[in-house]
Amino acid sequence: MEITSAHYTVLSAALFSIGVIGVLVRRNVIIIFMAIELMLNAVNINLVAHARYLENLIGQVFVVFVIAVAAAEAAVGLGILLAFFRNKETVNIDEMNIMRW
Amino acid sequence: MAEAIAFYTLAVLILGLGVAVVTTPKTVHSVLFLVLNFLCVAILYVVLRAEFLAVIQVLVYAGGIVVLYLFVVMLVNLKRAPEAHEDPRRLARLGLGLSGAVLLELAGIVVYSYGRAAPSSAPAAPVEGIVGNTEELGWLLYTDYLIPFEVASVLLLVAMVGAIVLARRES
Amino acid sequence: MLDTIVIPLLKILVLLNAVLVAVTFMTLLERKVIAWAQSRLGPMRVGPYGVLQAIADPIKLILKEDITPARADRMLFTLAPILSLVPALVVFSVVPFGGDELFYVTDINVGLLFIISVTSIGVYGIILAGWASNSKYPLLASLRASAQLISYEIAVTMTLVSVILTAGTLSMVGIVEAQQESGLWFGFVQPVAFVLVLIGGLAETNRAPFDLPEAEQELTGGFHTEYSGMRFALFFLAEYANMIVITAVVTILFWGGWLRPFPNVEALAFLDLVPGWIWFFGKMFVFLYLFIWIRATLPRYRYDQLMRLGWKVLIPIAIANIVVTGVFKVLL
Repeated sequence: MEITSAHYTVLSAALFSIGVIGVLVRRNVIIIFMAIELMLNAVNINLVAHARYLENLIGQVFVVFVIAVAAAEAAVGLGILLAFFRNKETVNIDEMNIMRW
Repeated sequence: MAEAIAFYTLAVLILGLGVAVVTTPKTVHSVLFLVLNFLCVAILYVVLRAEFLAVIQVLVYAGGIVVLYLFVVMLVNLKRAPEAHEDPRRLARLGLGLSGAVLLELAGIVVYSYGRAAPSSAPAAPVEGIVGNTEELGWLLYTDYLIPFEVASVLLLVAMVGAIVLARRES
Repeated sequence: MLDTIVIPLLKILVLLNAVLVAVTFMTLLERKVIAWAQSRLGPMRVGPYGVLQAIADPIKLILKEDITPARADRMLFTLAPILSLVPALVVFSVVPFGGDELFYVTDINVGLLFIISVTSIGVYGIILAGWASNSKYPLLASLRASAQLISYEIAVTMTLVSVILTAGTLSMVGIVEAQQESGLWFGFVQPVAFVLVLIGGLAETNRAPFDLPEAEQELTGGFHTEYSGMRFALFFLAEYANMIVITAVVTILFWGGWLRPFPNVEALAFLDLVPGWIWFFGKMFVFLYLFIWIRATLPRYRYDQLMRLGWKVLIPIAIANIVVTGVFKVLL
């Protein structure tokens, strides 16, 4: 019953895949953002697990940066979303096609 | 043994809540599941002896980012269901297939790399010496990783300014 | 087994009950103090001097009908009060009421950060309560409340950074021990930080003069307008528990926790005859009284004034305080 770093990698891969499914299948932009957060978390789990099993802290340092970037992404992404919503009254990604031809 | 129980419980919770996040029809419920998911991940960090990150996870993710999501969900009050309209050119099945492919690929990598490597002996000696890693983490951040750290803070500043500019109403 | 499971569980049991009892009697204290401030008597009928009012109120709330609005989101409506109470109670697990190991559940080395992060979870209770009620005023109130909480949380957290810099540790026990070593309560070293945390604490617990989320005249009662019975009571439990948390944190960070005044002056050693936890509760009581006194005295802020105070006054002062503290820390 020993937990190795492989266990954590599998967990992280599964969570990442759930995030990918969310991004590719859902049409609500807010949920897509949340799926991206799930993917970032999957990566974080991996980094922390390996930081522990390799007995150094570099992975954890990296997680701090990932969290910072996630915060920046959420702020800008939701800002764009609000600005878009004010013009088009929708959060459906299928209707966000004004830049597409 | 204790770690195994903790790991499997948390893994089930994390994956279950993750599935709930992407499948729940109501956005508010989805946000709530996301918070619970992040809290479970924080507990997993404690299991992995990264208390500082666990607390930061709760503070930044659960207490900050997800609150922002919740705000947006409340501000964006929709007159019709968010996913009512579907683009006919949309290939949802292909998306699902592609996600499955990602999962398979990741599983393949894991099986390949861990099948090859000698049974890892590192976890047999859990790092008992590191009781509090906060100090060491801070030390690393302010010495070896000072420049990335400052760049990250500039990034946050840029994001903050950008978000304010984007979200403010033009008068 | 005994040391890792039974004793902590017993401590948690005692602590939880103590906090809940303290909270019920806080309501009585508040009514009595406000009555005194307004030259009234306050509750007098139930028991001698109305002491049993604190027990009659919860009984009334439990017996009351528990109404869920017809178009409310049932799951979230039930969850919201729980979500606001639980973080308020969880925080107590790292609050040391005395120097001895008997007086705290655990001492983790990120204690202060833990308190900040867990209290930041409490905002969900408020937001979800407003959302789940499916009613205009609660929604407006919950938006107000959560915006207020987040704004002041930034100010308080920034302020706490300077305290952490002074103490050199995040552990709650460590912070008090640092005060013992330096021989000076941090309230004298960091007076600005103390005032900021006190103001921020008032705002974070939605107390007067920052009680906009519960402004009856504007919002018919606030984010819990649609709540009744015990669920309504849970919100109040959470508010008072948060108040006790804030006073405990202020006591530990700035007024030496369980230390006697001037902990290093030998001439005052006779003060050690009073056990540490009595000092602790005494100091907490002073701040609780201060909170109620402020409520009885000050009028409510207007919403834009509140936001201006938070963002344009408190946060800049907090940042300046960090810089000054850092400079002194390097120079000394």
